[in-house]
Amino acid sequence: MMRIDARGLHYRELNQLIRQAVAQGESEILLDHVNGQRYIGDGLKGNAQIQIHGTPGQDLAAFMSGPTIRVEGNAQDAVANTMNSGKVVISGMAGDVLGYGMRGGKLYVGRDAGYRIGIHMKSYRHLVPVIIIGGKVGDFLGEYMAGGVLIVLGMSEDGRSDGRPLAGDYLGVGMHGGAIYLRRSVDRNRIGKEIHATELSPEDHQLLQTELSEFCQDLGWDLEKIWEVPFTKLAPVSHRPYGGHYSY
Amino acid sequence: MRTTLPSEFFVEIDHRRCVRCKRCIQNCGFSVYSFADGIVPDHTKCVACQRCSTYCPQGAIRIERRPIAFRANANWTPQHIIDIWRQSLSPGMLLTGMGNDLPYPILWNHLLIDACQVTNPSIDPLREPMELRSYLGKKPDLISILKKEEGGGFLLKEALPPQIRLEIPFIFSAMSYGSISLNAQKAMAMAAKELGIVINCGEGGLHQDLYPYGDHVVVQVASGRFGVHPEYLNAGVGVEIKIGQGAKPGIGGHLPGEKVSLDVSQTRMIPMGTDALSPAPHHDIYSIEDLRLLIYALKEATDYKPVSVKIAAVHNVAAISSGIVRAGADILHIDGFRGGTGAAPSIIRNHVGIPIELALAAVDDRLRQEGIRNQVSLVAAGGIRSSADAAKAIALGADAVALGTAALIPLGCNVCQRCHTGNCSWGIATQRPELVRRLDPEVGAERLTNLLHSWALEIKEVLGALGINALESLRGNRERLRGVGLDAQTLEILGVKPAGR
Repeated sequence: MMRIDARGLHYRELNQLIRQAVAQGESEILLDHVNGQRYIGDGLKGNAQIQIHGTPGQDLAAFMSGPTIRVEGNAQDAVANTMNSGKVVISGMAGDVLGYGMRGGKLYVGRDAGYRIGIHMKSYRHLVPVIIIGGKVGDFLGEYMAGGVLIVLGMSEDGRSDGRPLAGDYLGVGMHGGAIYLRRSVDRNRIGKEIHATELSPEDHQLLQTELSEFCQDLGWDLEKIWEVPFTKLAPVSHRPYGGHYSY
Repeated sequence: MRTTLPSEFFVEIDHRRCVRCKRCIQNCGFSVYSFADGIVPDHTKCVACQRCSTYCPQGAIRIERRPIAFRANANWTPQHIIDIWRQSLSPGMLLTGMGNDLPYPILWNHLLIDACQVTNPSIDPLREPMELRSYLGKKPDLISILKKEEGGGFLLKEALPPQIRLEIPFIFSAMSYGSISLNAQKAMAMAAKELGIVINCGEGGLHQDLYPYGDHVVVQVASGRFGVHPEYLNAGVGVEIKIGQGAKPGIGGHLPGEKVSLDVSQTRMIPMGTDALSPAPHHDIYSIEDLRLLIYALKEATDYKPVSVKIAAVHNVAAISSGIVRAGADILHIDGFRGGTGAAPSIIRNHVGIPIELALAAVDDRLRQEGIRNQVSLVAAGGIRSSADAAKAIALGADAVALGTAALIPLGCNVCQRCHTGNCSWGIATQRPELVRRLDPEVGAERLTNLLHSWALEIKEVLGALGINALESLRGNRERLRGVGLDAQTLEILGVKPAGR
């Protein structure tokens, strides 16, 4: 295990140190005193395990392909931007635009996340991105979603409801692939015409069981407690939502 | 009630010459021809791409325009009437391909280049070397040099920011795999290698066959993020963030599922047959600060290769450009409203944006006024039709020009504006394998190389006439341009004097 003290380092220096360590074959890296440094793990390949103590800056794991990053605490915006594969586990909260254009890998957030989560996520062959948010999220969840799996649990720390909706407005607008699972029933009047809401099929149940087990293992959550409330699945009505908008 | 639209063209077959070889039936991508005791054309399907007439061994096919006679009306033009008919038959936005075809003023046609006479001799480019090499990237505010300890000569004290080297000041505009065929992209990549320039692969990813041309490729990242992964970002000599396109400022892209073939789906990394939707904005960019975030995310992912930002020329282009430069872009690519497209709604293509001539002059001025012009290279695009247009663009301030339509014409394009149908008979804007196969990349590359060799010669001729021996001396040198038939305000924006002054 290699320890890097990030105190006072510019992101460019810090990322150079991380890249060097990975290039030298270091498989476990611990970053201490991270304080807002951007682009940690940006474009990083391989299968290193990176643990972050402190708060990483924006674009954590952008374009990343392979490594696992674990944040003890909160993260900022644009985590897992266009991520290809690998895993990011954030025990606390995260900001806006998580997993934009994400093609593969996993992103787990223990508590709330912000607006525009999982926009234009897509899947390709064996690459199926999965985002699981333990808390609640803002508007535009899964906008333009083209593939992958988005799960929002809406569980507050003490397990009680705080009255806020699980996800904000414009849920799944323009969605044309993938699936969103919300841990609650959904008022059909609150979702757009591009998506429909259904109960879980046995396959959905199996998928959630697998994904949530991994999530619970990584974050130390109780899987039984998650299953206490039924889920709703949101899926696109069409893979070609705008096919009829044009005259040739 | 009307159920069909009148045909725009008339296909006349000289049956005395026709030997019924059926080559026209094979060649037409639009299924105009059928055979029933002789070749029978369906005029309504003809787009005048001239593939059949070019390949008819007997010269027996003639395509003519067939304007229907309307009573003369300067207000209700035939186009307006026919468009209304079309939309009353099918409820959707009208789609079109290529650049704006409406008769807006083309300012290149109103700009004239200077030449030397008597007092300052011209230079003969036949005998004297002319420097056209250009570098795209940030230039430092100042450089300091050291004397070499041995052997004389000098060294730069600090390394220059990364640059993209172009032997001639042209690049091939972003045209994605999906919008055009792989063979068309290959032709451009081979030509770029031969010419020492670059192609932009567009937003549809980079096909495996093009990775070997990486030294001559700029990869693009657009809002759909298709085919973007670490190898892709590092495959070329730079990365371009596509914010906008001249033909469709402010709107996203939409590759219909029919064009997402197996190969296209592999390159874009999306399932076959699904629509490839590029949202109108990048949803992670809502401000100049957000743009900076993505620029540096790409730099970090590529060990600091130059990052280009492409925008459409719109009303506030100068202020926006200032922001883009301050956000850290190394190259600013401005696409004027006559720029081409594989598919765009007619209303946007024909009515949104401003001409590149004015946008380029305004941006160059603004960056100079703010003292940041050296921090970025300017690439101008959107309707460059000749080396003359290119020379004028460079005199207005461009570091290089990007060619889209002009790069497709050597491959067979007749500018029939039907790219969006996916039926291109010339194998350019199509994914139909039987059509793509007919475009030979090697022959295409040779044609493109010929074209740009001759344009380079022409630009050298212009430089010679101007009495200068390097393109750098023409760059932003508006004193060597004069305007004819332009109003005072346009001249002021262009920073050009009227002819006679």
